[in-house]
Amino acid sequence: MTAPAAVTAPGARLKKLLRRSDDHGGTPRLSPLWTFVAWLATLAFFAPVAWMVLTSFHQEADAATNPPSLFASLTFDQYKLLFSRNITPFLLNSVMASVISTLLVLALAVPTAYALSIKPVEKWTDVMFFFLSTKFLPAIAALLPVYLIVKDAGMLDNVWTLIVLYTAMNLPIAVWMMRSFLAEVPKEILEAAEVDGAGLPTVLLRIVAPVTMPGLAATALICFIFSWNEFMFAVNLTATNASTAPVFLVGFITSEGLFLARLCAAATLVSLPVLIAGFAAQDKLVRGLSLGAVK
Amino acid sequence: MTTLTAAPKTASPPSRPRTSTGISRWKRRIPLLPALVFTIVVTQLPFVATLVISTFQWNILKPGDRHFVGLSNFRFVFTDDRLRTAVLNTMVLTASVVLISVVLGLGLAMLLDRRFLGRGLARTMLIAPFLVMPVAAALLWKHAIYNPDYGLLNGTLNAVYRLFGAANGPTIDWVSSYPMPAVVVSLVWQWTPFMMLILLAGLQAQPGDVLEAARMDGASALQTFRHITLPHLRQYIELGILLGTIYVVQTFDAVYTITQGGPGSQTTNLPYEIYLTMFRKYEYGQAAAAGVVVVLGSILIATFALRTIASLFREEVSR
Repeated sequence: MTAPAAVTAPGARLKKLLRRSDDHGGTPRLSPLWTFVAWLATLAFFAPVAWMVLTSFHQEADAATNPPSLFASLTFDQYKLLFSRNITPFLLNSVMASVISTLLVLALAVPTAYALSIKPVEKWTDVMFFFLSTKFLPAIAALLPVYLIVKDAGMLDNVWTLIVLYTAMNLPIAVWMMRSFLAEVPKEILEAAEVDGAGLPTVLLRIVAPVTMPGLAATALICFIFSWNEFMFAVNLTATNASTAPVFLVGFITSEGLFLARLCAAATLVSLPVLIAGFAAQDKLVRGLSLGAVK
Repeated sequence: MTTLTAAPKTASPPSRPRTSTGISRWKRRIPLLPALVFTIVVTQLPFVATLVISTFQWNILKPGDRHFVGLSNFRFVFTDDRLRTAVLNTMVLTASVVLISVVLGLGLAMLLDRRFLGRGLARTMLIAPFLVMPVAAALLWKHAIYNPDYGLLNGTLNAVYRLFGAANGPTIDWVSSYPMPAVVVSLVWQWTPFMMLILLAGLQAQPGDVLEAARMDGASALQTFRHITLPHLRQYIELGILLGTIYVVQTFDAVYTITQGGPGSQTTNLPYEIYLTMFRKYEYGQAAAAGVVVVLGSILIATFALRTIASLFREEVSR
C-alpha cells in the first residue's frame, strides 16, 4: 500500500507478465476442483498426441507391448529409418504444393480483399458470398471431372495439379480473412492520406501494410495448414512422382506387418510443421477457422 | 464445388463512390478479376461437367458403351441400397461428431474462460488434436489406440486388470466390434478443439459488466449461464455447428484410413461411397449423379450456414 505504484518489485513484474497470457484480469478464477477437472480433460485430449510422440522414439519391440511400456529406452532410429526409406520426396512435394499454393492464394486474395473492403466494388457482399459458397460444397463432387480433365491434359501425378487445386480450395478462406483484416485499416487515415495527395503505392506501403501484416501472416498460415493436410485430391491424383506426405502415410493402413513405432514417427514428422505453426499463431487460429467471422 | 445463387443480402457498402463513372468502376473491379476468373474456372466448370456426366451411362470397363440416359442415374442414386446406407451413415456420423464435439467444446471453453494455473499451456495442449494431420490422426487411432493386441486402449485396460490382480484384461477389437463409434470418437477428438476455440472466443467477447451486474443481483452461476451466457453464445454455437457440419459431412480421410467403409458398408459415408463408385466400380455416370445429389444437400445446409455467417458479418459491417 505504501509503495508508489510506479515502482514494482521484480517478483510482481514477473507475476504481471505471467498473468498477461491469462488475459483480462477481471476474469474469475477456477476453484481447485474445477482446475483439476480442466487439467484432467486437457491431458485426456493430449494423451494420443503424447503417445504418438513417445512411441515414435521407441524401438518396435518396445512399442508393441501390452500393457504399454512407458519407460522403454528412447532412440532416434525410427526417424533415421524414415529418411532412409525415402520420406524426403514426399515431404518436398508437400512443401512445394503448400508453399507455392499459399503464395498464389495470397497474390490473388490480397487485391481481391482490397477491392472488397478499402475501395469496395458495388455489390461487394454478393461477391464475398460467392467466394464462400464455393468452399461450402463438397470437393468429392468435383473429383470426377477434375480427374478426367487432369488425365486428358496429361497432368496426373504432377505437383502443379495439386497447386492449382489447393489454390482454389483456399482462395475463399483467404479472401474472407484478408477482407476482415483490411477492414480494420482506419478509414479516416486513408482519407487523410488521399487528401494529402499520397499515391496508391504510398498508401499501401505506409498505411495498409503495417496494419495488415499480422493478418497476412495468419492467412498464409491457415492456407498452408489446409494444403499440407489435404488428402483426397493428393491420393487420387498422384501416383509416384507428385505424392505428398499424407499419401506416404497411406502405406501404413494395412495392419499386417505393421511397424507401430515407425508409423508414429512418420505421423509425428508430418504433423510437426502444422503443430509448430498452429501453436505459434493460436490467437489468430480461431479467426481463420471461422473465416474471420469471429475475433 | 459450385455456387449458391441466392446469397443472403447484407448491409449496403460503407462508402459510396462519389464519381461512379464507368472508368472508376472498372478501376475498382480490376483487382478482383483474377481471383474471380480463377475461382469460376476451377470450381464452377467441373460442376458443369459433373452435371453433364451424370446424365450418361458411362463405365470405363465398357469403353464402347457410353450413351445419354437422362435421369436414370438419379433414379439409381435414390433407390440403391448402398447409397441409402451411405446417406444414413453420413447423417449419423456428422450429427454425432458435431453434437458431441460442441458439447465437449462448450464444457472446455467454460473451463478455459476462467483463470487457473497453467491455463495458457492447457489451451495449447488442447489445440493439438486439431493440428495433427487428419490422415496421421486416423492412423494413430486405428493402430496405436484401437489395435486389439498392442493398442493403448486395451493396453491400459490390461494394466488396470493386472493392478487388481487379474491375469489379463479383455482383448477387444474396437474397430471391428464398434466401427461407427470408433470413427466418431476419433473425429470428436479432432473437432472438439475447433469448437472450443470458437466458443472460447465467444465467451471472451462477453461484456464483463453484464456478468458483474448479474453477480451483484445475486444470480446463481447456473442462472447466469442459462439467461446471459447461453443466449450470448447462441450465434457462436450455431457457427460452430454449421462450419463443423460442412467439414464433417465431407469426411474422407478417417473413413478411408480407419475402416475403409467396413465392415460391409457399416461406416461407408457419401464421399467414400462416391469414391468407391468412381475408382472401384468405375461407374462414372452414377458417381457424378451421386455427386450432384450431395451438392444439392450441401446447398441446403450451406444456405443456413451463410445466413448465420451473414448475421455475424452484418454486425461487423454496421459497427
